[in-house]
Amino acid sequence: MYETTEMRTVLANLLAEEMRKNPDVVIVDADLARAHNTLPMKQEFPDRALDVGIAECNMASVAAGLASYGFKPFIYSFAPFASRRICDQIAISIVYAEQNVKIVGSDPCLAAEMNGATHMAVEDVGVLRSLPGMVIFEPVDGDQLAAAFPAIMAYEGPMFIRLFRKVPPATIFADPDYKFDLFKADMLKEGADVSLFATGIEVKEALEAAELLAAEGISAEVINVHTIKPVDKETVLASVKKTGCAVSCENHNIIGGLGSAISEVLISEYPVPMEFIGMRDHFSEVGKAPYLQKLYKMDAASIAEAAKAVIQKKNK
Amino acid sequence: MLNQQEREYFVEKCKDIRALTIDEIATLGVGHLGGCMSVVEIMVMLYYKYMNIDPKNPKMEGRDRLVLSKAHAGPTLYSILADKGYFDKSELKTLNQPGTHLPSHANMVLTTGVDMTAGSLGQGLSCATGAAIGSKLRKDGATIYCIMGDGEINEGQIWEAASYASHMKLDNLIAFVDANGMQLDGETWEVNKMDPLMDKWRSFGWRTLEVDGHDVNAIDAAIATAKTFMDKPTVIICRTLKGKGVSFLEASWKNNHNVKISPEQRDQALEELGRKGE
Repeated sequence: MYETTEMRTVLANLLAEEMRKNPDVVIVDADLARAHNTLPMKQEFPDRALDVGIAECNMASVAAGLASYGFKPFIYSFAPFASRRICDQIAISIVYAEQNVKIVGSDPCLAAEMNGATHMAVEDVGVLRSLPGMVIFEPVDGDQLAAAFPAIMAYEGPMFIRLFRKVPPATIFADPDYKFDLFKADMLKEGADVSLFATGIEVKEALEAAELLAAEGISAEVINVHTIKPVDKETVLASVKKTGCAVSCENHNIIGGLGSAISEVLISEYPVPMEFIGMRDHFSEVGKAPYLQKLYKMDAASIAEAAKAVIQKKNK
Repeated sequence: MLNQQEREYFVEKCKDIRALTIDEIATLGVGHLGGCMSVVEIMVMLYYKYMNIDPKNPKMEGRDRLVLSKAHAGPTLYSILADKGYFDKSELKTLNQPGTHLPSHANMVLTTGVDMTAGSLGQGLSCATGAAIGSKLRKDGATIYCIMGDGEINEGQIWEAASYASHMKLDNLIAFVDANGMQLDGETWEVNKMDPLMDKWRSFGWRTLEVDGHDVNAIDAAIATAKTFMDKPTVIICRTLKGKGVSFLEASWKNNHNVKISPEQRDQALEELGRKGE
């Protein structure tokens, strides 16, 4: 349904619809309403579509104050400014105070493209994953986001929504029968030889890698870990018990993100060889995401290579 | 203007709260004594005169709220909440001890009657701003109060909030600066001079009042005046003394932020305040 719709528009429309029904929903922008398509909401909801200006710390704590009053605020910024810049405000005003604030961090890591390293969150998941009780959700496409929206609204607590703003590189969840579970990873393709765990824009690459591997007679299982925290241990473990090895694929530093979350599960419950696809602890140059994915070995071909390498380790 | 009887009531109440707080902190023998003493008059006037609250219904809708942004004055807030019946006074002796509901820095999740969690300095005025917007949206007529330290207002986020609260014309927001003149590393003017304080707040669009923060009459008049202002938030700069009310703490006002207190000092403090320890 949303194959050709930008994800920011999907979220803005869902929120506007919710705000029409629910007077408790508020938005607090920090001068990026135009970038998130929430600007028109100021017309329709002049009292509830707030904008603090370029002051993200204030945005986070103002939202916490609103939440303490029973409102359900959504705060918005580019991913680095909705995470590393306001880490302490999220930690104390929101998470420690147990306030129901939804934090939308957009265009994470390579998705920031021409804005470059200043705007590319390589660390947002790592920073926020270590805050006690924080939930981190990264939808792959607009359909998954729409399917998730009721669960996002129903979840009473802090949540980081890692949002790709534009039309996503692939649409995967257009099936009207798709059932979303916030705490359950999606089995996208079953396989026997290697488990590929992927989030965000890396899901498309992982699916393509599985095709490349299939051409060489290797059966890869592809799982979309849309909720990075809490990670769905059950699905992760069931998969590696079948395949015996894993590759994590994330648009983030390999330190602190999905790969770390998966390896924490594996090392304590079922150790198997693992490879990590993602930013290898460096900042990015500017550029289009597909170029950067190739440059930093986060493309399908690199995932397939990593899969073959980890299968070799398993067979040693 | 308070009449003589009212004035005496509040002056005595301040002594009660000082004594409870000293006793509370002295149980473990260490705590933020200086800043807990400097805010007593402000908090007593709020909780015993101005705030529309119900200890039997701590989450009452439309209640007035306090964001204690300088949350290390939590022990003073706890003394008041216990005295008002939010929880038993015996709990005060558990301050900072294993399993306590009373941590150094006030936490709304743990302690009945605490309206907002704070403790990482600089965030409370933003939280209070959010609550004041919430009250406007609910049209419940509540007043949101916020107490900051004068060292705390070094934090840039305070000024982000100051600007936005005035932009939003939050006349239901009344803030206090507990201007005790000291921060950890020295006198506020020598660490990072924020004066002229009144001009700074005024230039951010606030109404400003300045009072002796230990004069219950003056605080009373300032709050009453602030409540009549329209279209702007008000800040009341309260000139205070760190450790106020206890001679040995007053004498060490330059170094009583987070300090030890012996059982003998506790007894002396309670004697000076005319209150017996339990």
